[in-house]
Amino acid sequence: MEFELSDRVQTVPPSGIRRFFEIAEERDDVISLGVGEPDFATPWAARDAAITSLEKGKTSYTANRGKRELREAIADYVADRFDLGYDPDEEIIVTAGASEAVDLAFRAFVNPGDTVAIAQPSYISYEPGVIFAGGEVLPVPTREEDEFRLTVEGLEEAGADEADVLVLCYPNNPTGAIMPAEDLEPIAEFAREHDLMVLSDEIYAELTYEGEHTSIATFEGMRERTIVFNGFSKAHAMTGLRLGYALGPAEAIGAMNKIHQYTMLSAPTTAQYAALEALDSCENDVREMVSQYDRRRQFVLSRFREIGMDVFEAKGAFYCFPEVPEGFTAEEFAEDVLREQGVAVVPGDVFGDVGEGHLRVSYATGLEDLREALARLEAFVEDHA
Amino acid sequence: MSEREVLELLRENARYSTADIARMTDLEEGEVEAAIEELEAAGVVRGYQAVVDWDELEDERVRAEVELNVHLDRETGYGDIAERLARFPQVKALRLVSGDYDFDMEVEGDSIREVSQFISEKVAPVPEITQTVTHYVMTSYKENGIELGDGEDDERLSFSP
Repeated sequence: MEFELSDRVQTVPPSGIRRFFEIAEERDDVISLGVGEPDFATPWAARDAAITSLEKGKTSYTANRGKRELREAIADYVADRFDLGYDPDEEIIVTAGASEAVDLAFRAFVNPGDTVAIAQPSYISYEPGVIFAGGEVLPVPTREEDEFRLTVEGLEEAGADEADVLVLCYPNNPTGAIMPAEDLEPIAEFAREHDLMVLSDEIYAELTYEGEHTSIATFEGMRERTIVFNGFSKAHAMTGLRLGYALGPAEAIGAMNKIHQYTMLSAPTTAQYAALEALDSCENDVREMVSQYDRRRQFVLSRFREIGMDVFEAKGAFYCFPEVPEGFTAEEFAEDVLREQGVAVVPGDVFGDVGEGHLRVSYATGLEDLREALARLEAFVEDHA
Repeated sequence: MSEREVLELLRENARYSTADIARMTDLEEGEVEAAIEELEAAGVVRGYQAVVDWDELEDERVRAEVELNVHLDRETGYGDIAERLARFPQVKALRLVSGDYDFDMEVEGDSIREVSQFISEKVAPVPEITQTVTHYVMTSYKENGIELGDGEDDERLSFSP
């Protein structure tokens, strides 16, 4: 028989990075700056806790919302680090990666036909997530001259005052932009004024290199209309363990839990033990990894300037977002540099039209490889000057 | 603070160029050069060496960790004994340690015979040395903070969101 695909699935095009992945597979000397995950191994203490939990046979489901002990640890952690106060019993849900939490939120809060404003460039899963939920996407472009920060003017120009939900991601994947408190304040005011629900993906919060990360949920009147997403993949280098969480008012988290309990049941138990240990004793590991990323960030930004490629001063996450030289589209540049020099980078337009003309370059890769990759990029730019 | 940062980077990889270190620390290249010169002049940085995985070479290289116990008298201190031992080129590292023995000595040679001879003929006869216990290194898994052996390939996807 032929499968009849649902309209929603057919509406979503295949991922824009899939084709590049296939090209990269053809050669064996590729240095990849195309990855959105740490190159560090999960801190040993967290791995050890996972192993011990397996040895003791702790392999059954946990509470739907996650182990209570872990929710308590998360509550303490977000209070301490980001000044966020949430009740572990009703206002926190542990999920299989922050990605699941984002998906739950779309399905719990987006009705068919609802408009979801997404600050772009944006992480590539938000848009399909909205479509799978039956919503409509309203792209809200940010601009390099504003340091890729979202502005009220940008929201107004895009018509976001009519939207139902606003999606933010700061520090941002793919630009590395951050939103300091003074820039978030007017966005919070806009959300209150136009009654927008805010979905704030703060998975890169720990990877903030200048200043402190501020959550939009800390502004007056925002806690009750915001869901905050975070997780262990980035700062704790636990991508493969798939563990994230969402914070929000009891009613909202309850609605997300309703979907979660019928699909995921509970997040992976082994990973929950690892996460508990990560919060308990891996702070120094996180600090060390952040300091390494910061060094690489400065190295990469400086090298791009030497090569003569304009690059935005990324202050968070582990990406930078240089402009492609004249004469190339982002896709052409990314494809040619992959074929000719074996360097994998992601064309910026896969993160929304506004990303055209840029590349996402991940520096979650060892310095030796970064140095070689940048040398190859330099050779490529010289060859095509 | 910048001096400390430069030092950390040199310890990570002494072959980073001053330009690379400048890029990573946001210092001027001249400032990095000056910091390195100062660290060398002050005797903080004593030298630069490669971290070698001898198992990857066909030539045999024998290394041993030697525990030494010594007997001190009024005229002889730990420093005197250490000075005498440290002069031997076969001695790659020498440390006074707490615990069951006094000195921890790393010795290198081209063969077990050469290392054994050195210990029995040059080290053991030192009058203050009362006991030597030699441990030959069979396999080294980590040296100077660097893990040895086959590096694991990066199994991450070339592209991920």
